[in-house]
Amino acid sequence: MTSAGKKSVLIVIRHSPYGSSLARASLDTALAAAAFEQPVQLLFMGDGVLQLLANQDSKAIGARNMGSLLSSLPLYDINSVYVDAEAGLRYGVDLSRAPVATKALAGSEIHQLMSSFDHLLGF
Amino acid sequence: MIYSLLVVSSPASGGCTQTASGFARSLLTRGHSIHRVFFLDAGTDTGAATAVFPQDEVDRLQPWVELAEQHAVELILCISSALKRGMLDQAEANRHDRVAATIHPAFTISGLGQLVDATANSDRLVTFGG
Repeated sequence: MTSAGKKSVLIVIRHSPYGSSLARASLDTALAAAAFEQPVQLLFMGDGVLQLLANQDSKAIGARNMGSLLSSLPLYDINSVYVDAEAGLRYGVDLSRAPVATKALAGSEIHQLMSSFDHLLGF
Repeated sequence: MIYSLLVVSSPASGGCTQTASGFARSLLTRGHSIHRVFFLDAGTDTGAATAVFPQDEVDRLQPWVELAEQHAVELILCISSALKRGMLDQAEANRHDRVAATIHPAFTISGLGQLVDATANSDRLVTFGG
């Protein structure tokens, strides 16, 4: 990495866990940012909230378990994980049982959150 | 202003990569600089030297090659996304015992750290596709 001031990054995750390889790519990007000590936070929106389902089992489809990957986020010092409360309700995702601790936000709070970052990476 | 671009959709599907290459050209025309273009996930298809586009469609590779060759724009393909799609430079083709390199030499294969670096070193990062 070339030297530069740190920029805060919000990764906006909108894809369901096993329907698109972008779901995995977004988390890999978050982990890479953390590995390079760039401040990174996550926001799950739309179909992306399905990544927060408890007890995921992806063995039968031969894919990496996204729930396990999410539960490792605190090990990388990624502790700020937000979720669109309305999408969580729509999909019936029990956020209290999600693989990683999240903070549910209303629409206006999401707007505020997005405005507070240097960069948004939308997947 | 310093820009970086993130491209996550394939040139074979939809117009995202064309929009991205057009945006890149406009940036340069208006006096901005481009730190890097990072291709992730299906976006890595953009580097395919072997893709043949129908005669009644525009070539989606050439605009990128021109940006790299005429304006020294750095074009990076994410290595994990590229390899599983068969996007290989000669070194990767040799390493994995594949018959041929498949990416255009205007593109470089590298890791996600290059995307992180782009966020740290750019005023704006614009995502195309997804």
